[in-house]
Amino acid sequence: MIIPAQYYLTISAVLFTLGMVGVLVRRNALVIFMSIELMLNSVNLTFVTFARQLAAIEGQVAVFFVVVIAAVEVVVGLAIIIAIFRTRSTVDIDDVDLLRG
Amino acid sequence: MEFVVFVVAAAGALAGGVGVIASRTPVRSALSLLLVLGNLAVMYLLLSAQFIAALQVIVYAGAIVVLFLFVIMLLHMRTGEGRVEKLRWQRPVSYVLSGVFLSALLWAIWTGTGTQVATSPAGFGTVESVGRSLFTTFLLPFEIASVVLLVGIIAAVVVGRPVVPPSARAHLPPPE
Repeated sequence: MIIPAQYYLTISAVLFTLGMVGVLVRRNALVIFMSIELMLNSVNLTFVTFARQLAAIEGQVAVFFVVVIAAVEVVVGLAIIIAIFRTRSTVDIDDVDLLRG
Repeated sequence: MEFVVFVVAAAGALAGGVGVIASRTPVRSALSLLLVLGNLAVMYLLLSAQFIAALQVIVYAGAIVVLFLFVIMLLHMRTGEGRVEKLRWQRPVSYVLSGVFLSALLWAIWTGTGTQVATSPAGFGTVESVGRSLFTTFLLPFEIASVVLLVGIIAAVVVGRPVVPPSARAHLPPPE
């Protein structure tokens, strides 16, 4: 049987929400980063699903660019986390509150 | 058969997603993320996106998760979360808002039109078809992406380099 697109979109929606909960609830900067990756991946699944549904290759090209940007984002973000860890010996984002009023 | 593969991949992806945000140690979160990525690659194969599936395994599972694991190893043991929460109301509010958000998404998905999946043309999603689009229509974004990658490498080196204290800087040879 052919799987309807809604099934894939539902999985994508649930994964996105899980990533969102992770960003909002967790305070470990590394886990927050992984949650962001989770959200990016769920959006990729949406792109691929619609590319298949509309038989348009542009959706898969968009996923290609998302993966490239995600790789750059992870590299820079992890470098920032390491820099924070060097100066403050913590990756708990509640301890990094210089901007708090 | 296809449906069985989909159900297994979906269950694995959701279990991994829960594992990412619910694990106590960051290492388990990273391995749960690996589980999600692998199962999503299976789904991409089901959606006739072979190139994207390979890209997913190579770049995400092979590079990004390994990078996460290296950083966790670098910051070993001291990555725990503090006991005291500074924003107590944040947790319940985020659960409620996420529930609302998920219901809105699911409502949009299941009441929207256009449910049937088109039969993909032959050779859809192969390296050839994606590459042809990438090197013709999307040539400029492709080149810009390479520049972004270069900037990312330079930024990682600059941000991640050790801080030289001013006292040690005096003994360094002057810049050319």
